[in-house]
Amino acid sequence: MAEPLKKEKTKVVDEGIDVGISRLTEEKIESVINTVLETETGARLKIYVETCIHCGLCSEACHYYLSHDKDPHYSPVGKIKQTIWEMIKKRGRVSPEFIRRAAIIAQTECNMCKRCAQYCPFGIDIAYMLSVVRRIIHKLGVTPLYIQDTAHSHSVTMNQMWVKGDEWPDTLQWQEEEAQAEIPDLRIPLEKEGADIMYSVIAPEPKFQAQLIYQAAVIMHVAGVNWTMPASVGWDNSDMAMFTGDNEVMGRLKRAHFETAARLKVKKIVMGECGHAFRSVYDMGNRWLGWSMPPFTIVHAIEFYYDLIKDGRIKIAKKYKTVIEMHPNREHNYCCCAGGGVINTGPPFKMTRILGNRVKAEQLFETKTKGAEVLVAPCHNCHSGLHDIVHHYEIGLDIKFFGDIIYEVMEKPE
Amino acid sequence: MVDSRSWDWETGEKKIAAIVNVDEGEFNVCVNGQAWGETVFDKIWHLRFSPDGRLTALVSEMGEWTMAVDGEAWENKFGYIWEPCFSADGTVIAAAVQQDMQYAMVLDGKPWEQMFANMTYFALSPDGRHTAGAVQVEDVDSGEIHKFQEGTFTAAMDGKAWDTRFVNVWNLAISQDGRHLAAEVRLNLYDYTIAVDGVPWESRYTTVWEPLFNPVTGTVVAPVREKGMWVLAENGKTLWDRRFVQIWHQMFSPDGSRLAAIVAPSYGRWTVAVDGEPWSATFTKLVTEAVFSSDGQRIAALAKDDETFRVVVDGNPWSDAWDMAWKPIFSPDGRNVAAKVEKTGRYTYSVNNRVWSTSCDAAWDPVFSPDGTLLLLRTVEAGNYVRRIVPVSDIIG
Amino acid sequence: MHSFYNFVSGPLAWIAFILFFGGSTYRIVRMLMLVNEKEKFIFTYMSWRYSLRSIFHWIIPFATVNWRRQPVLTVVTFAFHICLMATPIFLLSHVVLWDEAFSISWWTLPDAMADVMTVIVILGAVYFLVRRLTLPEVKFVTSGSDFVILAIVAAPFVTGFFAYHQWLSYPLIMCLHVLAGDIMLAAIPFTRLSHMLFSPFTRAYMGSEFGKVRHARDW
Repeated sequence: MAEPLKKEKTKVVDEGIDVGISRLTEEKIESVINTVLETETGARLKIYVETCIHCGLCSEACHYYLSHDKDPHYSPVGKIKQTIWEMIKKRGRVSPEFIRRAAIIAQTECNMCKRCAQYCPFGIDIAYMLSVVRRIIHKLGVTPLYIQDTAHSHSVTMNQMWVKGDEWPDTLQWQEEEAQAEIPDLRIPLEKEGADIMYSVIAPEPKFQAQLIYQAAVIMHVAGVNWTMPASVGWDNSDMAMFTGDNEVMGRLKRAHFETAARLKVKKIVMGECGHAFRSVYDMGNRWLGWSMPPFTIVHAIEFYYDLIKDGRIKIAKKYKTVIEMHPNREHNYCCCAGGGVINTGPPFKMTRILGNRVKAEQLFETKTKGAEVLVAPCHNCHSGLHDIVHHYEIGLDIKFFGDIIYEVMEKPE
Repeated sequence: MVDSRSWDWETGEKKIAAIVNVDEGEFNVCVNGQAWGETVFDKIWHLRFSPDGRLTALVSEMGEWTMAVDGEAWENKFGYIWEPCFSADGTVIAAAVQQDMQYAMVLDGKPWEQMFANMTYFALSPDGRHTAGAVQVEDVDSGEIHKFQEGTFTAAMDGKAWDTRFVNVWNLAISQDGRHLAAEVRLNLYDYTIAVDGVPWESRYTTVWEPLFNPVTGTVVAPVREKGMWVLAENGKTLWDRRFVQIWHQMFSPDGSRLAAIVAPSYGRWTVAVDGEPWSATFTKLVTEAVFSSDGQRIAALAKDDETFRVVVDGNPWSDAWDMAWKPIFSPDGRNVAAKVEKTGRYTYSVNNRVWSTSCDAAWDPVFSPDGTLLLLRTVEAGNYVRRIVPVSDIIG
Repeated sequence: MHSFYNFVSGPLAWIAFILFFGGSTYRIVRMLMLVNEKEKFIFTYMSWRYSLRSIFHWIIPFATVNWRRQPVLTVVTFAFHICLMATPIFLLSHVVLWDEAFSISWWTLPDAMADVMTVIVILGAVYFLVRRLTLPEVKFVTSGSDFVILAIVAAPFVTGFFAYHQWLSYPLIMCLHVLAGDIMLAAIPFTRLSHMLFSPFTRAYMGSEFGKVRHARDW
């Protein structure tokens, strides 16, 4: 019952996908698909496929589906039909063109947000099934260029942005100096063995947004936290390998992160405002390594800030603004459409994200009409993705991290 | 190892050091209240005592970086210097350096003659005579994914790079005699193995962890992953029959006859396996800092359940749980084990499952006397540095 | 006709029940063995509390966001599934058969009520059929097997309804009714009707992962 996509898509040019596809043979596709299915999947995939009753109730969970005027190609189960069902049904005998479409669907038309799992009466984990597709795409060498390059950066440097060994401590020392102009006795303690907390960030912070490290250092300083940052690899908690299906590199990254915490003898890992990194450290990478739960308590920045404020360790000097909730909210909020590695597929797929999340623009616009001026996004990918949406749909909201706001309103030493 | 026999076990000097801000933008190190030589530096970080008691730090002057040892900066200056490491006896110091965006290792102030476009993993040989690094030898711009996948990395020892090219090169190991270099290598996006002196093992794995040379026979042992489980391989052949959910940090006894590793025998359970046989006691969060006694007969490690650490010796967890514990230390005869431990910010020592009665503001690792009967305990108590020689029998009763 | 009736209600019924119970047990045991073999970690995260929390939310009409978003479907699907299960079990003429064969019996539905419930199942099946044919997001993922399993489920009720009202040839309809019932029972473990067996497990797993690990709700 296939029907054509409602709008004929302009063919995306992505060197990672195009070159990868040009090297494929049908035999290779068949062998890779079957190997992944046989050796790397088990009861979950089998039962999910056999239990799904094809009811379509997951559809309205998906922001891509809602944003594309309910085009069934974008419904969660629709994406499954166009990818893994077909691979299973045909026992891997699918064409390179099919793989191209599967790569685009799995890597750019699903954010792995799992909202559909909250809508499926059976709790079928559709994002998991698409992650199996991503694994196959990885094994076939057809991953989009930008995110593949990021995975390469991870593999070489253990960080996301090709930050070299010297550039990292150098940046921290530079931010420490900058911050000392404001608070002379402020430190960014490097390699402080026995500190209570290791603070880890994602590589875009030292690369492009070093002021976020500055702000975090001020918050830590004012709150009197006994903290440290590593000067070696393991400081970056991000993980695009997790999203390309390169599980081996994912495991390597998380091992570096946890072992750095162990080496520094810290009690907890506090991580900056990033969503996917939390998923990687708390949920995915640790499991691949054999840790049912992470070896160190992982505290996300917003939880950490909450505790600092609640315990009175940082005091709020002035009220910022009134909170206006967007709807749907909390765990039912729409994804930013940047997550799951989609923003990391880069410029070729920028419009996929923006057009794929018109519903977010509508939601933000509605919230703005209620008086909202600032949009809080406690995650780098959300931040950048929402920026594109706010800009494209001309919504006119400032986007801030929690850290930006807390830094602005907290009591600081004179 | 540092020879503790030469120490004065009756009394002893004490040294406490700190980085001090002398004036705006001027820093020095203060040792026992005295300045560390004449020179003041623009920046100082990574202040550490070497195992032989010299005080080292990474220092910057006029925008150039180098290492200072006991107040004296190395003659060679660099764009940046980081990750210093010491040979076991502390006589040799190595570090990674960057100069004009080229990278190399530096050994006691002398950098490699050959510099590289990037260098990621570093190693210092057990005798301190050789350094190695994972180096980039082919230029590749970010975004050139297919060129990268053809292999742009290799390993270099003392500045001499292997001829082979790999997609990635990670954790390096140098043999006991300093003549061989092994590394984890990735042959393409999917196949991993161990390469020794640039030659990869014939076996291919879905991934591998750090190689280790047998200190006596010189064979190379590494954890390798096959069919979703880990096994230990030696020179490309399976060594242990048993498969594990995880294996890493393998270590040889000093005589090379026994091999132990930190393992997960089942999902979410961690312990130590000795010659392939895991301890029956397992732990949920972490097992770390495993160490052989010098006679190779005993093993101690730290284990974490929930939020607390315990010392575990030969599979027997000690009774006290701590907020943090440090690497256990065997007496030279292997009969006694001591570890620095901490609970709610107070430090003390646990020796053979008995806790020392004093708690302190700070503490350093304990040191056994050569005959194993005395412990040197260095602590800070009520703001004072205290150095004690305590008979082991006083603690263990 | 008489001998055919004896066959479908005798040996074939036995086979159907054996296939249903045996097949269901086999499928569930196989699933658990497969988890044990390849995805053992799943057991680590299973939690009775969060499993039941999730299952209860989803078996109560309108207790989840998606049930509330789809009020018509929610009413239909709950009515359909309840009637589908309850009618054959509590139908007087079925219980009489159990009593005659094995001397066991239990509470029964008034016939008029069972009749209404049968109609509900049939109308529910029609609703699902129409939904499949008309809603683009359902139509897109519909395959031939979806119609087959819908027919398998509807057939015993349609024939039962005809039999109760003695429309058309009663003996023929009765034979078809019993045959349809046999087919449905036997089909449950081996078609996607097995969602009856597996959905508590998938729901429990997702409930545990969301509740125990992520501290979030999955409804």
